Amino acid sequence: MAMITADPQDVPKVESFSFTPESMAKVNALIANYPPGRQASAVIGVLDLAQRQQGWLPRVAMDEVARILEMAPIRVYEIATFYTMFQLKPKGRYLLQVCTTTPCWLRGSDHVMKACQEAADGVTFSVQEVECLGACVNAPVVQINDDFYEDLDAASTRRVLDAFRRGETPAPGPQVNRQTSAPEGGPLTLKGE
Amino acid sequence: MLADKDRIFTNLYGLHDWRLAGARARGAWDNTKAILDKGPDAIVEEMKKSGLRGRGGAGFPTGLKWSFMPKQVGDRPHYLVVNADESEPGTCKDRDILRHDPHLLVEGCLVAGFAMRAHAAYIYVRGEFYNEAQHLIEAVREAREAGLLGNNACGSGWKFEVYVHRGAGAYICGEETALIESLEGKKGMPRLKPPFPAGAGLYGCPSTVNNVESIAVAPTILRRGATWFAGFGRPNNTGTKLFCISGHVNKPCNVEEEMSIPLKELIECHAGGVRGGWDNLLAVIPGGSSTPLLPKSICDTVLMDFDALKEQQSGLGTAAVIVMDKSTDIIKAIARLAYFYKHESCGQCTPCREGTGWMWRVMERMVMGNARIEEIDTLYDVTKQVEGHTICALADGAAWPVQGLIRHFRPLMEERIRMRTEKLAAE
Repeated sequence: MAMITADPQDVPKVESFSFTPESMAKVNALIANYPPGRQASAVIGVLDLAQRQQGWLPRVAMDEVARILEMAPIRVYEIATFYTMFQLKPKGRYLLQVCTTTPCWLRGSDHVMKACQEAADGVTFSVQEVECLGACVNAPVVQINDDFYEDLDAASTRRVLDAFRRGETPAPGPQVNRQTSAPEGGPLTLKGE
Repeated sequence: MLADKDRIFTNLYGLHDWRLAGARARGAWDNTKAILDKGPDAIVEEMKKSGLRGRGGAGFPTGLKWSFMPKQVGDRPHYLVVNADESEPGTCKDRDILRHDPHLLVEGCLVAGFAMRAHAAYIYVRGEFYNEAQHLIEAVREAREAGLLGNNACGSGWKFEVYVHRGAGAYICGEETALIESLEGKKGMPRLKPPFPAGAGLYGCPSTVNNVESIAVAPTILRRGATWFAGFGRPNNTGTKLFCISGHVNKPCNVEEEMSIPLKELIECHAGGVRGGWDNLLAVIPGGSSTPLLPKSICDTVLMDFDALKEQQSGLGTAAVIVMDKSTDIIKAIARLAYFYKHESCGQCTPCREGTGWMWRVMERMVMGNARIEEIDTLYDVTKQVEGHTICALADGAAWPVQGLIRHFRPLMEERIRMRTEKLAAE
């Protein structure tokens, strides 16, 4: 089970939460995707918006989501603890989600994990081991916030993290000379138009 | 090698424009109205004739699945649900469809949805695929704006909408009824079947859940004809297929190839061969992490299709080939998969909740050789007790890799136990 719990001791107290007008417009657009009365379907999306606004999901944010979607708060807590992308504690500015499942492990995710752990200070970088990210032909992979950094080794991981530290956003995707999921050295198929 | 002219995913690598203009130039949305004019029954028949089997892992015939939807719409609307929760370790093909050719999927939704008399499709994209989902959302917006979706989709008179729904990290949501639960705003816990989704699925309405690739190939099949598609691969294993080749190959990649291609040819022609040469091959997991591994002796000749791999007590699954060379600690590789299933079990059924954890803990001891030889039999026995005794197939997927390891690498496991025992005795 992907159960995530947050010890209330190390979770800062957040007094209140409300969506900004901009976020609220997105919330309403999400709810409109579902039939009338089925607004609970939007719960993952609305929690995600709350997390993007706050940086993580304090309890008051979950309560606000429950209020908006007319759900019992416990149903929202269940969602927030069942799905691994919800962060129940504050995290660094960049969340390094390191995939260590077999296809990444076979290609050296241990070294990538080590480089990420060395960088993790909880302020700029937080690190989290995750299960298969679904980019296995570009292994090893680290998801940094919304972007995938692929074909990594220890050196290129450090290079990417150093760039973030300098305030840059390094180009996501393969960190070797390669077009997306095509073989290194250039596609062997689909070469013509 | 499959000729480029016979490839469906002509922008697999994202070398060209993924937007509507680019997709149209590659042939998508070309007179979709003519396909719809054939009527739902003719579309389902053509899909059946093509022999397409579901691309999400189970390989159930797609046309047949569509035919299970009620022929008349009653008081409950019909829904098409597309499974883009791609999370099976080794698998990364749907990602390329979502980000590089989303219009193939959107058009497929219209065609498939129309064939099952649905007016709406929900596409459930795994949460981690944030950028991929943005491409898909944009493709849907473009299609709506161009009148390809909406109240009169493609001028057919059929109302059709496509909605993109993002998940938030849970492998189990790739199971069709867990996906429906999640789509309804609940925890992704699989439902007991029956009722099957075609009877009572999303919001209790008739629904069909299909994999991204199964839906995305439909318009091309209907345009070029069932006979064209059925001309590839062996009977009962027809068509072209996206393969993902990862692990210890020189050039990991995704590629669309003909079904029934020999595994060795697939690896050597497209992925630059096994690291250190074919003779350095130890084993291959042929269809995503749930499928039992195959030792080199089988890999030498096996064909990549449903029936050939089933004969070898494995499966085509999602056609995600994970290659392991002789440097691999294969017990550790499978132990890591055991951890994956333990982590992803939803906890609903006892054999899975307890069994996945138990199998992982024993596998961790097997990695160290910290076990008795008889425990290999106990482990195998437990996998057999877990398998087939749960609501969904996650537990089967957890049991099979361990079974495959014991089936083909038992001597290695025994040797490791003996080495540790001897080492302890010497100390």
